Amino acid sequence: MADQEKVLRLEAQAKEVRKEILTMIHTAQSGHPGGSLSAADMMTALYFDELNIDPQNPKWEDRDRFVLSKGHVCPVLYTCLALKGYFPKEVLGTLRKESSILQGHPDMKRCPGVDISTGSLGQGLSVAVGMALCAKRDGKSYRVFSMVGDGESDEGQIWEAVETAAKYHLDNLVVLLDRNRLQNDGTCDEVMPNGDLVAKFTAFGCQTWEIDGHNMNEILDALEAVRADQSGKPKCIVAHTVKGKGVSFMENVVQWHGMAPNDEQYAQAMKDIEEGF
Amino acid sequence: MVQVKNTSHPTRDAYGEEILALGKENKDIYVVDCDIGKSCKTIPFAKELPEQQVNVGIAEQNACGVAAGLATCGKIPFVTTYAVFGSMRMVEQIRQEVCYPKLNVKIACSHGGFTPANDGASHQGIEDMGILRTIPNMTVIMGCDYVSTKKLVRAASQHYGPVYLRFTRDAVPDIYDEDEEFVIGKAKEIRSGKDVAIIATGEIMSLALVACDKLAEEGIQATLMDMHTIKPLDTQAVTKALKECKGVVTVEDHNVINGLGSAVCEVAAELGCGKVKRIGIPDCFGESAPYERLLAKNGITVEAIVDACKAML
Repeated sequence: MADQEKVLRLEAQAKEVRKEILTMIHTAQSGHPGGSLSAADMMTALYFDELNIDPQNPKWEDRDRFVLSKGHVCPVLYTCLALKGYFPKEVLGTLRKESSILQGHPDMKRCPGVDISTGSLGQGLSVAVGMALCAKRDGKSYRVFSMVGDGESDEGQIWEAVETAAKYHLDNLVVLLDRNRLQNDGTCDEVMPNGDLVAKFTAFGCQTWEIDGHNMNEILDALEAVRADQSGKPKCIVAHTVKGKGVSFMENVVQWHGMAPNDEQYAQAMKDIEEGF
Repeated sequence: MVQVKNTSHPTRDAYGEEILALGKENKDIYVVDCDIGKSCKTIPFAKELPEQQVNVGIAEQNACGVAAGLATCGKIPFVTTYAVFGSMRMVEQIRQEVCYPKLNVKIACSHGGFTPANDGASHQGIEDMGILRTIPNMTVIMGCDYVSTKKLVRAASQHYGPVYLRFTRDAVPDIYDEDEEFVIGKAKEIRSGKDVAIIATGEIMSLALVACDKLAEEGIQATLMDMHTIKPLDTQAVTKALKECKGVVTVEDHNVINGLGSAVCEVAAELGCGKVKRIGIPDCFGESAPYERLLAKNGITVEAIVDACKAML
C-alpha cells in the first residue's frame, strides 16, 4: 500500500496537470484533450515521483528516459515538463504556435526533456527498446518508460518492439498501456478490437500488471511492483482509463479525441476538475 | 589510374569488411540486422562483436526505431537490409525517428538497383535513392566499386547525421586503386574533357568509363564524374559540366525519375542552361534475368552512353 501522504500530494498534482492541459488546448484552440486526460494520473505519478530525472540537466546521461509513443497527447507531457521546471509555465500558452518549442507533436530538438520526437503512432516503443538495450549494453542502471495507446496498438510495429524487448531481456523497459478503449473513429471495439491486451502483452513476453489507471494507489503499487520484479522480463502495466477523464462532457466521448473546448466548455471543464463531478 | 580492372567484387562485401573494421575501432558502432545479415555480409560483425549487434528479425520498421533509440544514447547504428526494404518498408520510420530529429543513424542497403538480378522485381531497389533524396536531413550515397564503397562507409561513420548507403548484390568491376580518397558531397572527376560530360553514380560507372574511353578513341573528349553522393549534390561540379560542356549524360542503375538524372536536371533547370540526357531505368519494373540483360533491355549500355554523348555534339 502506497504512502497515503504521497497519494494525496500526487492526486492534487494530477488535478493541476489536468487544468493546465485544458488551458493550453483552449488557448491553442487545437490539440488532443481526451487521451491527455486519460494518461494524466500515470504521467503525474511518473514525473512527480517515479522518474529519475534532472530538469536542470535534461540530457543527463544516466537519466531515466520517457517515450511518449502516443505523441498526440503531448499536452500532458508538456505540462509535466513545465511543472517540473524544464521550461517556464508560461510557455504552455504557446502550444502549436509558430516557432514554439511546443509543437503539435513532441520535437526533441526544440523541447527540453523530450527524449525522442514522436507523433506517428506505433514507432515510439521501438525507440524505447533501443534506449533500454543501450543501457544494458553499457551497464547503466537507467530505466525507460513508454506510454502507449490502445488504439496505437493496432500498429504491428508495437508487437515487433515488444518481441525485441523480450528477446533481449529488457527488464529496464516499462510500457504503460493507456487502455481508454476509444480511438479516432470510434471505440476500439468498433474500429479494431484489441481483445485481451493483458494476455497479449504477456504472450509477447512481458511481465504484466492490470490496474485502474486513475487510482493513484494502484498506479504507485504497480510502479513499486515493477521495481521489485525479478522476472528479467520487460514490464507492461495495462491501465484501464477513461478518455477525457475528469471532465463531465468529455468522458468516453469519441469527439474529444482531438477537439479544443470553446470558452463556455472550458469554464465548465475547469469547474469539473476543480470540484469533481 | 582509375580504370576498369580485371577484378571484381560485390560492394556488399566491401560494406561487410569495413563495418567490421569500424566496429573493432569504435565500440559505439552498432549493426542492427533484420535477418538478412548473411546476404548483407554482417555475419562476421555479429560473430566477432556480438555486444555491438542487434538482430530484430524480419521487422524493418522496428529495426529503424531501435536504431534511433540507440543513436539517442550516443551509438552509431547501421541498420542493415536490402534497398527495397530500407527505402520503402521503413521509410516513414526513417523520416519520423531519424531524419526529423537528425539522429546519427545509417541505413546500409545491399541489393541496390538491378543487382539482385535473378530475384526479380520484388527485390530490385530501383526507386530507393530517389525516395530518400526527398527527405530533409538525409545524405544519399552509392560507391561504384569495392574501394570507393569501403571509403564511403568509413566516411559515413564519421559524418554526423542520417546517411543512406547503397551496395550491390553481385560482383561489379573494381575501378579505383587502394589509395583513392573520397569526400561525401564532392564528385570525383575521373576523366576530363571539354566536349561532353558523363555524370554517373553506382556500379554502372564501369560502363561509363568504357564509354568515355571509346569516345576518346574517336577524338571526343568527355568528362566523367563519379557522383557517389547524390544528396547533397555537388552542384558546383554539375554547374561546371553544364556550362563548359556541350551536354551532360547521366547514368544510373535507378529509375530515371528522382535519382541522379533528376537531380542534375534540377540544377540545369534552375541554371537555365545546359542539355541533359538521362540514362537509367525508364520508369518500369525489372524481372528475373541476368544483370547485364536487365541493363541492356533498359538501355543502360556502353553503346547507349556513347550515342547519347555524340548526340550532344
